[in-house]
Amino acid sequence: MTFRPEHEIYKRRLSRNVGVGVALLAFVFLSFLLTVEKVTHGDPMHAIEGKGAVNPDGTPIVPGAAPVTESN
Amino acid sequence: MSDTRTFGDAVLAETVATGAAEPGFSDFVQLLKPRVMSLVIFTALVGMIAAPTHLPPVASFTAILFIALGAGASGALNMWWDADIDAVMKRTARRPIPAGRIQPGEALGLGVSLSVASVIMLWLATNLVAAGLLAFTIFFYVVIYSMGLKRLTPQNIVIGGAAGAFPPMIGWAAMTGSVSVEACLMFALIFMWTPPHFWALALFMKEDYHNAGVPMLTVTHGRKSTRRHILVYTVLLVPVALSLGFTSIGGPVYLGVATVLNLGFLLGAWRILRRDEVMAEADKYRVEKKVFGFSLLYLFGMFGALFAEAVLHGLGYGAL
Repeated sequence: MTFRPEHEIYKRRLSRNVGVGVALLAFVFLSFLLTVEKVTHGDPMHAIEGKGAVNPDGTPIVPGAAPVTESN
Repeated sequence: MSDTRTFGDAVLAETVATGAAEPGFSDFVQLLKPRVMSLVIFTALVGMIAAPTHLPPVASFTAILFIALGAGASGALNMWWDADIDAVMKRTARRPIPAGRIQPGEALGLGVSLSVASVIMLWLATNLVAAGLLAFTIFFYVVIYSMGLKRLTPQNIVIGGAAGAFPPMIGWAAMTGSVSVEACLMFALIFMWTPPHFWALALFMKEDYHNAGVPMLTVTHGRKSTRRHILVYTVLLVPVALSLGFTSIGGPVYLGVATVLNLGFLLGAWRILRRDEVMAEADKYRVEKKVFGFSLLYLFGMFGALFAEAVLHGLGYGAL
């Protein structure tokens, strides 16, 4: 059995497939992290409503700090 | 004798025989204009850091990533539309589509899908204002500039420059959910910088635009007029650049850097005006090339100074 040298086309195809795979995995991971952050940092609807990342009292949301609610 | 060719061999033989493209991942990256993306990332990042409110880290990272990918998507759509021009121009002939490595339809598919994905992801990560601005930027660059103005008017660069000026405004909007004077001035800074930057390039890439039939100012109004336009737009750029220093995101560091860089840019524009084609040909457009290079340094310097001011403000050193 003999091994023939791999044609360059296969290398390019491999690089494309690996690249797309890594990009998709990165996208899934980023979406997961974003979801976790949205859930743990205040009201995510601010983003949807276009109000910016502020607490209900108008102060900016501080990463890691407990979200400020209307009753605080 | 039996045929020992595998299915893979047959596909390979057909691919090679038909001359079909088999692009690698790097070809698709090239389609997104990575050098333009790096400028977009930098200016959008400064817009985000200079803003008075901030998002959590993952949301901020997502915002900058998808602003960059949105810019990349518009780059891919631009390459799809302009493939005929790119094939004629020396500067762009080796791009993936004119070089035959990527089919136009693939570029169109990548551009449209990345545009939609980047706008939706920016919306989810930040807010509707930023996402709307990104969507408008892509529309402006692809439809207004690439499909419309670029082949119609010598003012293509002036109006089309708006597309490249949006990223810091989008970055600001991503953080604050609104657009302010500061964001508008950052937009204006890039908007006014674009014409002299590209016209300096057009002066020494003289055959390219002419051969491609793109109505650049050098082609329609001549090179003497282009030299005058470079100086006029540089003069108009100075007050815009300096006024940013007196807003909430400016300060003494920015004003110092802005003064030096604007003087340098004005001097370069003045030297370009004083030359004619004989002088330029004699030294192979040395001054024009230097001014083009300086204009890149200028933009990085100005936004770098805004970045420094944002860091200083964060450390408690106030604005003017």
